[in-house]
Amino acid sequence: MIDDATVRHVARLARLRLSDAEEQVMREELSGILAHIDAIQAMDLDGVEPTTHVVELENVLRADVPRPSLPRDEALREARNTVDGEFAVPRMD
Amino acid sequence: MNLRDLSAVQQIEEIRAGRVSSLDLVDAHLAAIAHDDVEAFLAVDADGARSRARAIDAMPERPPLAGVPIAVKDALSTRDIVTTSGSKMLEGFRPVYTATCVARLEAAGAVVVGKTNMDEFAMGSSTENSAYKNTLNPWDHTRVPGGSSGGSAAAVSARQVPWSLGSDTGGSIRQPAALCGIVGMKPTYGAISRYGLIAFASSLDQVGPLARTVADAALLLKYVVGHDPMDSTSLHWPTPIEVPTATDLTGLRIGVVEELMGQGIDPGIRAVVDDALVQAEGLGATIVPVSLPTSLSGLATYYVLAPAECSANLARFDGIRYGPSADADTLLDQYEVTRGTLFGAEVKRRIMLGTFALASGYYDQYYGRAQRVRTLIVREFARAFAHVDVLASPTSPTVAFPIGDRTADPYSMYLADVCTIPASLAGLPALSIPCGMAEGLPVGLQLAGPAFSENRLLDVAHALEQAIAFDTRPPGLPQ
Repeated sequence: MIDDATVRHVARLARLRLSDAEEQVMREELSGILAHIDAIQAMDLDGVEPTTHVVELENVLRADVPRPSLPRDEALREARNTVDGEFAVPRMD
Repeated sequence: MNLRDLSAVQQIEEIRAGRVSSLDLVDAHLAAIAHDDVEAFLAVDADGARSRARAIDAMPERPPLAGVPIAVKDALSTRDIVTTSGSKMLEGFRPVYTATCVARLEAAGAVVVGKTNMDEFAMGSSTENSAYKNTLNPWDHTRVPGGSSGGSAAAVSARQVPWSLGSDTGGSIRQPAALCGIVGMKPTYGAISRYGLIAFASSLDQVGPLARTVADAALLLKYVVGHDPMDSTSLHWPTPIEVPTATDLTGLRIGVVEELMGQGIDPGIRAVVDDALVQAEGLGATIVPVSLPTSLSGLATYYVLAPAECSANLARFDGIRYGPSADADTLLDQYEVTRGTLFGAEVKRRIMLGTFALASGYYDQYYGRAQRVRTLIVREFARAFAHVDVLASPTSPTVAFPIGDRTADPYSMYLADVCTIPASLAGLPALSIPCGMAEGLPVGLQLAGPAFSENRLLDVAHALEQAIAFDTRPPGLPQ
């Protein structure tokens, strides 16, 4: 089960502003989903390695040569706020 | 002749024979899309499609796909055409580049007519999580088309396009294909470049075709597989995809997944799938039961891994580089309010679930364990394929459910993917073909094979398709 403090902590980690009502629904729903997911807690996994990638690939390399990148004006064109050819953001506290 | 009743392969033949032009076909389909009563599309590029059709018609030698129209899931970036992934977070977003798979199809002569509706960021099984609208099932407008590629499936079923592209993370191509009575395929993990696919869960996401015939799905797949320097996880494809012609299954060993033919699967679905297996025997195949006990833990495993990966992938949506954003005095406020306001309920739920599963103190218990269960599932499939060539099961435990039926209980929606998730976790190719009707609605048969067995899977599916002779035309669809 998840408590209110955990919901608030996780929401902060995830950079999600939730209303009080959303927090409560989230706590109930996440607890409900975790009750199903907890089926994996009882499984015998001794000596079983984790799978991170299903196809065996390693060290995919490319030639280290310069190539054109996205033009600056295109990279910026979808941003809501730009200043002098750069992304603009509010102050950081 | 109604041009929209033709398969893509037939449309290409008609163009090559000089009986129709690409513009004729594009116009016929655009006219149907203009009266889109199943709400399959989020954006239509009529002018662009017509101009590309004219250009192809003027070519001295027609490209392989000859100017046949196609629809593309809104999770795939298309340069200058609004791409939202079904989210308010990307409302009005015009990508500056086109996804490699779309660019390859365009280079082969396909004409993109528009972008299809989907569950927000591909999270859902009914397309009800779209931030914009519900898509309706062409067989019954009170029911969902499945999801998350529900718009791509409904558009093909309703003959607004002969084929489309979708993406599949835990079943998002196969399940809507099943619910709409069409063919949908998720290829081997890494088969198709994901450059330009808006990422959901990167260890699972795959692009793939939806079509009304297996041959069309194969033809589409043929032009999109293979390595792309822009996606280092894309594979050098070993053997070209062939358009299937098999009519006989002599010598083929089909394993029926016992765990997916019992409890939790509607009896009506099981009966139709059993009938399809009898047809396969009639074509010479041997049917053997196969047990994949860990596959039932697939759902729980998936709902740790996919949310964990999505919580990382969706960190990029902060309102700064693209899309709308909230007004705020500080950067942290801008992040939190933008994300809290513009993400929908299911996306927030999964980001929370995934952030929790990765958080200090819970990581080993959830994410770490789920990765290890995944190993067991991979091994279980490998053991099964030592004895059988393909595995068969239903694609969905139920037929298309009524709109609104499962939105109140997230887990009831997650159960819609119980049959499709295991192959996703193992990275295996799997497809769904329509195999009959239950409760007046289409039923999908899922076939899965070892990695890189696409050509065999397509052959088996094609042979069965001919034997089953399912009528993909929804009743009540205007002529």
